Amino acid sequence: MYICLMIVKIKTFGISRDILGGREVELDMNGSSVGDLRKTLSTRYPQLDKLNSLFIAVNQEYVADEKVLSEKDEIALIPPVSGG
Amino acid sequence: MIEITKQPIEIQKVIDAASLKEAGAINTFIGTVRNQTSGKKVTQLEYEAYEPMAVSEIRKIIDQASQQWKLTGWAVSHRVGTLLPGEIAVVVAVSTPHRKESFSACQFIIDSLKQTVPIWKKEFFEDGDQWVSAHP
Repeated sequence: MYICLMIVKIKTFGISRDILGGREVELDMNGSSVGDLRKTLSTRYPQLDKLNSLFIAVNQEYVADEKVLSEKDEIALIPPVSGG
Repeated sequence: MIEITKQPIEIQKVIDAASLKEAGAINTFIGTVRNQTSGKKVTQLEYEAYEPMAVSEIRKIIDQASQQWKLTGWAVSHRVGTLLPGEIAVVVAVSTPHRKESFSACQFIIDSLKQTVPIWKKEFFEDGDQWVSAHP
């Protein structure tokens, strides 16, 4: 197994913006999947684990943890939605 | 029509966008800002959207509704920004040939919107604020 370091830019919304502290946050992560990103986020921002849910969108689509990321992807954190 | 707007929603514009001569019914849902939550006075709400994704997620909901019911027309408008109690946050209008499916389709669209569309609201109270539904 090798460790891949990757820098991703993450858009934040709602409470995830308060937790990460910015509209767009750069993050260096170990690995390249959405699941790897979740682990990095959880370590760095443990308050995210307290949310009811946290989805991740890539290029404006909800994705599963298996999805592999590229540095060009538009990545966004989707905390529990509350429209309407 | 799918619209995310900072301006007050014009209900008639949304209804007109959903209306077609083939329709026998137009069903409209209007979501407004309530002045309290669990007995606590709400002074204002702040809505924000991940706009391009919100539009594409609403479109998916409309596509699902179109597979279940015969929609002759539809329109969804959601407001963002600061809203005061009594103001309109969302309007959904659907038209169908007959009334029964107009109720079902309209309810499906607003229920789904609240579950999947990336829009968030923060409630402001006299003594603080909170993002709605964020925590258990």
